[in-house]
Amino acid sequence: MNTGLTTQELQTKAKEIRRHVIRMLAKAGSGHPGGSLSATDLLVALYYGKLRHDPQNPKLPERDRFVLSKGHSCPALYAILAEMGYFPISELDTLRQLGSRLQGHPDMKRIPGIEISSGSLGQGLSVGAGMAMAARIDGLDYRVYVMLGDGEVEEGQVWEAAMAAGHYKLDNLCAILDNNGLQIDGPIHDVMSPLPLLEKWDAFGWHVIHIDGHNMAQILEAYDRAEAIKGKPTIIIAKTVKGKGVSFMENQVDWHGKAPTPEQAEKALAELI
Amino acid sequence: MTVTTPKQQQQQQPVKKEATRDAYGQALLELGETNKNIVVLDADLAKSTTTLKFGKKFPERFFDMGIAEANMMNTAAGLATCGKISFVSTFCIFATGRAWEQVRNTICYSGLNVKIAATHGGVAVGADGSSHQCIEDFALMSSIPTMTVIEPCDSIETRKAIKAVVDHQGPVYIRLGRSPSPVITEESTPFEIGKANILREGKDVTIAACGIMVPNALKAAEDLSARGIEATIINFHTIKPLDRKALVMCAKRTGAVVTAEQHVLEGGLSAAVALALARECPVPMEAVGIDNRFGQSGDPELLFKEYHLTPDDILQAALRAYGRK
Repeated sequence: MNTGLTTQELQTKAKEIRRHVIRMLAKAGSGHPGGSLSATDLLVALYYGKLRHDPQNPKLPERDRFVLSKGHSCPALYAILAEMGYFPISELDTLRQLGSRLQGHPDMKRIPGIEISSGSLGQGLSVGAGMAMAARIDGLDYRVYVMLGDGEVEEGQVWEAAMAAGHYKLDNLCAILDNNGLQIDGPIHDVMSPLPLLEKWDAFGWHVIHIDGHNMAQILEAYDRAEAIKGKPTIIIAKTVKGKGVSFMENQVDWHGKAPTPEQAEKALAELI
Repeated sequence: MTVTTPKQQQQQQPVKKEATRDAYGQALLELGETNKNIVVLDADLAKSTTTLKFGKKFPERFFDMGIAEANMMNTAAGLATCGKISFVSTFCIFATGRAWEQVRNTICYSGLNVKIAATHGGVAVGADGSSHQCIEDFALMSSIPTMTVIEPCDSIETRKAIKAVVDHQGPVYIRLGRSPSPVITEESTPFEIGKANILREGKDVTIAACGIMVPNALKAAEDLSARGIEATIINFHTIKPLDRKALVMCAKRTGAVVTAEQHVLEGGLSAAVALALARECPVPMEAVGIDNRFGQSGDPELLFKEYHLTPDDILQAALRAYGRK
């Protein structure tokens, strides 16, 4: 929903979300800071500046849908959903604990606002395409956004989905690629290069937009441009920094799936003011 | 659980044959008319699975997803999150094997209304050989928490099963056959998911069967009767959840059980029956199924002989179980 926040206010909100992420992971003692922090600005801009949704009415048929295909980045999404009122902010402290709604990867049956359970990479774009097809059948004008990781697109299913979305000309579907350049075993071009990204998506019948994934103005503009593209789906390839906002986590592959110690968390929080 | 008298016992003339996949295509056509939420996806096999009939009549609700089963499963999941009842069809091997993790992680874990109606189950596929003969699907699908697994015994039961799964909330796997098979139930035969049908009552041995093995079990029962042994026949059209009440009641009455399925002996009907009997009513049990082998090309009838799935194999197993009482 467009909350009317200025780009500066969105940046402030993003810092707040990043602080939640650090606190949640430190409390849980596990989780994925790198990809959560690289995706934060894209998610904040989407939820506060673009997505048509109502936290008080999460099942509204006309709502826009968001699919977090890179489900391990859910701490950032949980923090945004809590901040927006989908569930109490105090619940963020229960991340990854037995009985918590906040599972290590998103569970749609437990949390209002989660549109599909995810975590197993490569599956979300297909789900998003299905949602976009349902909109077409029902004559509804909602849009579907799917966030992918750049390592995730090594999964073959992503290209099956890309082919299908291109084939069916799903212009109500927008993929957001969190292009932070790192995966668990190292830089994406060393592990299993999915490059070049632009040419691949273009060849599959997609409109491609390149942006800096930490520039709020560029992100908002890209979401609007994607909406204006008709006759084909759009992918926003957003260049990001893994671990963005915490100096000692930035571009460090080891911070993919490791929680900060209490001391490290304190240091990180001091940088996020 | 219901008791009915199958056609075979009422009339001696050769029974009508019809493929369950054809019944599926017809059922979709009829249900698609009344239920606008039904959508159908196929993976370049719409002629073979018979979903093309639906596709021609309701093109706006039919999607050929090409040869990409993993994507098809999750697209169906996305449609289901928006209130659609998604029917997904391809061959059993690709639905359950190629796309297992999509079924597990996205469809079942999320409890979505996706109905996987897959055709070409078992070695009865015939000439195409092992790559296309799925004999592991019950195990693959049953092992997923909350999944419902169905194999109708004939075309009439298939139509009822498809109607029932439309009304059932949540994921369902339905195995259908390629080749025409005997029609042994009637329009009036009840069908309820999870409720086994007792087709014949006899005091000496219980034969628990599913799918095309049900007519084979009925034939075996006739031959057993000629030898003075009376068999109870249970049609377990729902492999999961298993109707344990019907099984245990019949096991108690007869004191011996034989299972018959066109599936490997691991993780299918025999495994489910064995677990239930071991827990609630341990009696001698024998299992007719495929014993640690892959299928191969050949005429279905010859394959049934080769893999020991014939009425005579069921009869021999029943004699063994009866003899162990």
